[in-house]
Amino acid sequence: MQIFKAPNYNFIRWRWHALVLSLLVIVAGAAAMMSGGGLPLGIDFSGGTIVVVKFDQAVSEDQVRRAVSGIPVEVGVQQYGAPEDREWLIRLPQTQTVEQGTSLEQGSLQIVQSLQKAGLPSFEVISTEIVGPVIGADLQRRGIYATLASLVAITLYIAVRFRFSFALGAIAATFHDIFVTLAFLTFFGYELSLNVVAAILTITGYSVNDTIVVFDRVRENLRSMRRDALDQVVNTSVNQTLSRTVITAGTTFLAVLSLYLFGGEVLRGFAFTMLVGIISGTYSTVFIASAIAIVLSQRRRAATAAAAAPRPDTRPGRKARGAKAS
Amino acid sequence: MNKSLRWRGITIVAVIALAVWAFYPPAEKVNLGLDLKGGVHLVMRVQTDAALRIETETTVERLRETLARASVQYAKLELTGPTEFVVEGIENDQGFRQAAAEVDTVFGRSPGAGRYTYTMRPLIANQLREEAVAQALQTIERRVNELGVVEPIVARHGAANQILVQLPGVTDVQRAKEIIRSTALLELKIVEQGPFPSQDAATQAVGNTLPPDLEIVPGSEDVAATGGGTPTTVYYIVRRVAQITGRDLRNARPSLDENNLPAVGFSLNQDGARRFGDLTEQNVNRQLAIILDNRVVSAPVIQSRITDEGQITGAFTQQEAQDLGLVLRSGALPAPMDFLEERTVGPSLGAESIRAGVTAAVGGLLLVVLFMLFYYKLAGLNALTSIIVNLMILLGMMAYLGATVTLPGFAGFILTIGMGVDSNVLIFERIKEELGTAKGVRAAVNAGFDRVWWTIVDTHVASLIGALLLLNFGTGPIRGFATTLIIGLASNVFTAVFVSRTMFEVVLSRRTQLQTLSI
Repeated sequence: MQIFKAPNYNFIRWRWHALVLSLLVIVAGAAAMMSGGGLPLGIDFSGGTIVVVKFDQAVSEDQVRRAVSGIPVEVGVQQYGAPEDREWLIRLPQTQTVEQGTSLEQGSLQIVQSLQKAGLPSFEVISTEIVGPVIGADLQRRGIYATLASLVAITLYIAVRFRFSFALGAIAATFHDIFVTLAFLTFFGYELSLNVVAAILTITGYSVNDTIVVFDRVRENLRSMRRDALDQVVNTSVNQTLSRTVITAGTTFLAVLSLYLFGGEVLRGFAFTMLVGIISGTYSTVFIASAIAIVLSQRRRAATAAAAAPRPDTRPGRKARGAKAS
Repeated sequence: MNKSLRWRGITIVAVIALAVWAFYPPAEKVNLGLDLKGGVHLVMRVQTDAALRIETETTVERLRETLARASVQYAKLELTGPTEFVVEGIENDQGFRQAAAEVDTVFGRSPGAGRYTYTMRPLIANQLREEAVAQALQTIERRVNELGVVEPIVARHGAANQILVQLPGVTDVQRAKEIIRSTALLELKIVEQGPFPSQDAATQAVGNTLPPDLEIVPGSEDVAATGGGTPTTVYYIVRRVAQITGRDLRNARPSLDENNLPAVGFSLNQDGARRFGDLTEQNVNRQLAIILDNRVVSAPVIQSRITDEGQITGAFTQQEAQDLGLVLRSGALPAPMDFLEERTVGPSLGAESIRAGVTAAVGGLLLVVLFMLFYYKLAGLNALTSIIVNLMILLGMMAYLGATVTLPGFAGFILTIGMGVDSNVLIFERIKEELGTAKGVRAAVNAGFDRVWWTIVDTHVASLIGALLLLNFGTGPIRGFATTLIIGLASNVFTAVFVSRTMFEVVLSRRTQLQTLSI
């Protein structure tokens, strides 16, 4: 059985359409982000206090809100998990700029005391998260550093193993995936937590993975298809690896889907990010990475082609086109 | 079956056996993270400035005494910052320098004469900060051990001065926190004057200017004196430097006072006992202030000379007396702590997470395996074997390395299942392609594995780079994810290439004239 029988789609011809589509998604995401005042940061980065409580009997959101209304900051109240779990998440923003002694704990104590005094059914605190400004800033810095470092390291690796233009193609595709994922996170109202950043870093690896498979094939085909133009070689390679690209995306998607459905509330953001990233990664491998690699390689390929079959009249033309495209 | 194939078979069986041996039984050998087991994760910062201030204060007091002994006159000697003090109006400069010579090893003296600013040498300050953190670490470790927590983690964390404490399975979070952060600085000082009903009254008693070697310390009114009423806050004037501190303790245990109320009994070490004996002998009929974290807990009148035994009484509950004994035994923290981060997971949420993680992993496994069997038929079995061997090696390595399985770690398992079949897919697709060129089954299988090898290396290295940086980036749970991913990637190369190829070879060697392949 085969999904694609000797596929021969002309992906390269669609590259501009694909690019426009991606740009639309990314711009829409950016616009949504701007209008919402940036991507909401999870407690790991913004700091603050989260207390999750489980009530013995069902309570309404209104009851919980009223119970904590006495706390003089903006309190977030949210159902946690399925309604029948009777779990509620109560969140306080970061109000302190410096930690002094036990000052950080006041928020969680206030929440618990307010709930106790409100005459609600008895409850159990099932988790508490308190993150101070020092830790929040530290995690922000490390998150950015880790993402950038992984991009640089992967670029270097591809540049050494393949060629620099391929590395740029792979990185462009990876950036594309990161931005598209962020756009979808914004559309669906997820916030940037530690787990989501971990998922984005994983997507980085996954996306590059996909791209490398295609590039490997391109490298192999460059030897056997010496007379073809680079875009032809790339198109053939994308087609040859198409089954693999789609099947791997499929199995990974299935596995992550199971995580999204059964993995519980804590991993929901992670699983969602992965789901979007897998689709975007597959799409960008086929349309974005190769397109950029071609554009950037055009000039060099022209030189090699000219050396292999000297046709001096076409050379300046190709060169000019390559220069214009890049 | 040929010889090389037999060796391959033996290798595979040996690896599986080793893996199973490493993680079996999983309940004992696989570490669960705090997010699954429940417990507390705390990050604290040692206020090292306070430790430096204590050092500077002590130096100033010692210098004051030395100068008094050497009869050096000066107008002013006082602290101007945590690491700085000034001396002004020195009459005999030569004599001062001689008397103050010992200060110079720790403090740098400003040039000039008659007036000096002393600043702690940066090297020494760093060393003291370092010592304060190390000492805090040891103290917290002792306290945590006394709490009876199983497999706690007390370690330095991230930036300088930070300490990470993880207490799995602790349910009374508030109590654990009190015990960890209580400075437990015990000081025994003779009451110079007091008690006074207010701070102002105390200041007036010394003519509105407190001599630099004295300080005012608040405390609760003696329970006996109130006659059953609520004790109010009173103020005592005591010397700034304590004659006996918690460092002189040999032991501290909960006990009962003469009214059968919970108290904490303590005993002093030899050196402390000698000094305590002298102190009490010289001050019979005066009050001895027992000061804990800058608050007087009780101020009994000294009846006679006491050497090595004493008792701290106050309005303690049984639990408080027990906890106070614990923190006194484990020693004082060198400086107060700031709380930076706290994450608590209740045991019920942990159990819920384990259930969710296992369901998701099993669900993912089923979905992927069904798909592979459906699409690749018999070769799908090959992929199934790869996944299962992969998971066994993964678990075995995690157990062997003592790595921690966290909830994101489950995500790592699931990704290993989903992405792990990628190598199989790559190989199978290539074999299918080669079968199309009609070179024969054996040639197709060989070409499939050989051509794809470098692709597999490249993809794994790229993923590994991402995972290694994650390991560096994350906190506990994320590190669990990264560890799972890294081990999964490594074992995947073994299963997808070595194990899978061996399986193909076994099939091929059975039937030499194989015409078709179920793939």
